[in-house]
Amino acid sequence: MELVEAIILSVLAASTPLLIAATGELVTERAGVLNLGVEGMMIVGAACGFGGAWLTGSILIGALFGIIAGTLMSLVFALMALGLAVNQVATGLALTILGVGLSGLIGAGFVGERITPAAHLNIPGLTDIPLVGRVLFGEDAFVYFSIALIIGVWWFLYRTRAGLILRACGDNHVSAHALGYPVLRIRTLAVMFGGACAGLAGAYLPLAYTPFFIPGMTAGRGWIALALVVFASWRPGRLVIGAYLFGAVTILQLHAQGWGVGIPSQFMSALPYLATVIVLVLLSRARTGGSTAPAALGTVFVPDR
Amino acid sequence: MLDSTPNDLHSGESPLLQTVGLTKRYGDFLANDSIDIDIWPKEIHALLGENGAGKSTLVKAIYGLIQPSAGELRWQGDRIVLSGPSEARSRGIGMVFQHFSLFDNLTVAENVALGLDGKESFKDMSARLEQVSKTYGLPLDPKREVWQLSVGERQRIEIVRALMQDPKFLILDEPTAVLTPQEADQLFIVLERLKAEGRAILYISHKLEEVKRLCDTATILRGGKKIQTCNPRLETAASLARMMVGGEIKQVKAAAGRQTTIPRLVVNDLSLAPDEAHGVRLEHISFELKGGEILGIAGVAGNGQDELFAALSGERLSKDPGTVVIEGIAAGHLSITKRRKLGAAFVPEERLGHGTAPRMKLSENALLTGHAASGMVNHGFIDTAATLKTVDKATETFDVRKAKRDPEAASLSGGNLQKFIVGREILRNPAVLVVSQPTWGVDAGAAAVIRQALLDLATAGAAVLVTSQDLDELAEIADRIAVMFHGRLSEPLATRDATREKLGLLMGGSSLEPKEAAHAVGA
Repeated sequence: MELVEAIILSVLAASTPLLIAATGELVTERAGVLNLGVEGMMIVGAACGFGGAWLTGSILIGALFGIIAGTLMSLVFALMALGLAVNQVATGLALTILGVGLSGLIGAGFVGERITPAAHLNIPGLTDIPLVGRVLFGEDAFVYFSIALIIGVWWFLYRTRAGLILRACGDNHVSAHALGYPVLRIRTLAVMFGGACAGLAGAYLPLAYTPFFIPGMTAGRGWIALALVVFASWRPGRLVIGAYLFGAVTILQLHAQGWGVGIPSQFMSALPYLATVIVLVLLSRARTGGSTAPAALGTVFVPDR
Repeated sequence: MLDSTPNDLHSGESPLLQTVGLTKRYGDFLANDSIDIDIWPKEIHALLGENGAGKSTLVKAIYGLIQPSAGELRWQGDRIVLSGPSEARSRGIGMVFQHFSLFDNLTVAENVALGLDGKESFKDMSARLEQVSKTYGLPLDPKREVWQLSVGERQRIEIVRALMQDPKFLILDEPTAVLTPQEADQLFIVLERLKAEGRAILYISHKLEEVKRLCDTATILRGGKKIQTCNPRLETAASLARMMVGGEIKQVKAAAGRQTTIPRLVVNDLSLAPDEAHGVRLEHISFELKGGEILGIAGVAGNGQDELFAALSGERLSKDPGTVVIEGIAAGHLSITKRRKLGAAFVPEERLGHGTAPRMKLSENALLTGHAASGMVNHGFIDTAATLKTVDKATETFDVRKAKRDPEAASLSGGNLQKFIVGREILRNPAVLVVSQPTWGVDAGAAAVIRQALLDLATAGAAVLVTSQDLDELAEIADRIAVMFHGRLSEPLATRDATREKLGLLMGGSSLEPKEAAHAVGA
């Protein structure tokens, strides 16, 4: 029982940064922009988030630093890819390279330092319920926030007019422009939201997951978040399934390796990727007709004036 | 202040909308040069002109999509400056775009909501959508996604969306280009009704007979300038065309005594499943096309014409070689190149991206279709001189106008590029030419050159298959016309028997007579 609870807790912790970063990228891509710089924005968010928390002693300020850093990184992308209509794939890759270098520079002074990680919720009585108590009522604030975030994004995309306009920009920017919507402004806001989420997801790592900063600590999570968006066919519900599934298989295969299951460790390490891809492909097969990707994804738009 | 003289009908009022000296400049290029137009309530006003005459620029300025460089707009007598389409809409200007401004993956109701200003709840809007679509006889299912709908239905969304703003003034950009004759008639009823309600309509079209029938006034643009405003009912189609083109259009004529010879392209019971989500299944298509003959295929876009073209050209292969027979050889399983070697040539609908590689030079584009059978390749090396010669010859024979000897394909205007593509294929002396929408979006002068070239090719003994949505074009050049509907091809009708009514019925999916009766006649 203790073990099951511990596993569930570590699954949630491993999944949360993926979920936050992927949620941001989902909004960006739904607006028709492909920002491949998630990894770069995350790692800068991690460095700045840790720096903020270490300097002030406040996890909240650290998280804000992460959000601001991710947003600033995404503005660099927006300036290039939207303002100057540069190829989005190239700009996104460059952003990641920039982010990896920049985070090393920012974080150089903090390497080896430790902070007190984000506190976990503790409601006497509820948190003590066996098995589910700590899972439901004993998480850190990031976990609750990430769930609120994806529900909020779902509600925004499918239940508000602003969300409809955002989806319209991703589906056909020429039509959206013809109807008088400011495509580039909407896309810039979507890119900034993606950057803020990536920055927060990055900051989660040193603020809650492991309470110190090391260069390259995002370890490819930004790329996994990107892949999750695609395999979730740009739908928030499937994104939640994909993120938790990936986290779950990651943790389970670690435990399985610990128990000494007779399967090569390389295969076990590949399992999370394999399982996520298979499940999400099966999910997306269910849809009949209609394209799943935002039709204008990754295409350059220059309005005529 | 009578800078424009109101005629008798309108004395004492001011026009609903005026453009005064409206000018739009792109760099050195004058897209609109000081254009004055008056549009009155209860008027259907035609805007005529060739491609590039400045029609689109003008309506974009009226709808607030672009800002004029000089001149002004007056709305009910007062000068206005539109900040954007949303302000135009709030003043009562509606627009139905030629290339629909719809979102394929959104529902009908969502598409309509995006065209409105969002002041009412989605639920109220949906209720009003149903009401408006019922009132005007434009049925729509609000919950369906756009990609599932036919072109006619898509246009209905655009029109209903515009009507829901209760516009005083509605702009329609080539609304009948994609409709069957019957669908067009239904649209005219709606437009007459809107006019009777006191609204004004600006109607862009190049179908002159339609303009004569529907419109009260016509303004003709040419080269960015206004040529004349006239009453189209007092003009002939030929006189309107002269004003549009600024000269006589050469009449296309078929050579007398064209002989049909052996069958050169035969299609036997061709069925093919679609290869993409929104594709059409081809079902049991059969026809025989002889040398010296032009067969026209009519039909509303999206009824399988693209799929048929792909099956004929070899972009999609058939398991049964006998389904497509070129020059007596079963070719259903052969690649594009092998079919070209048999003497076939293909001109697809999409000029940029399918017919040519946009960023490659014309000579390279000539090589792309000519490498197999036109001596442009020598032991695996490109014979640059030969490719350039092909460009020069096409340029000379088909009057392709371009800035330099060998420019990029994308730098040519639509009409000139189409002349080049058709010319490139005809110069190969094909035994069979399959051409899709040969004059789509091409100005009248270039269209005449292309149609004449197709006729001359048939006279020289080739078999020509033309797919077109323009019934007038098919009537002009085809010997027989068949209609495509939902992936099936009707029996070809001799062109002299193929009235618009008959073709329209076939295009809408009706058969011409009850099945039993047809058998009786056949027996």
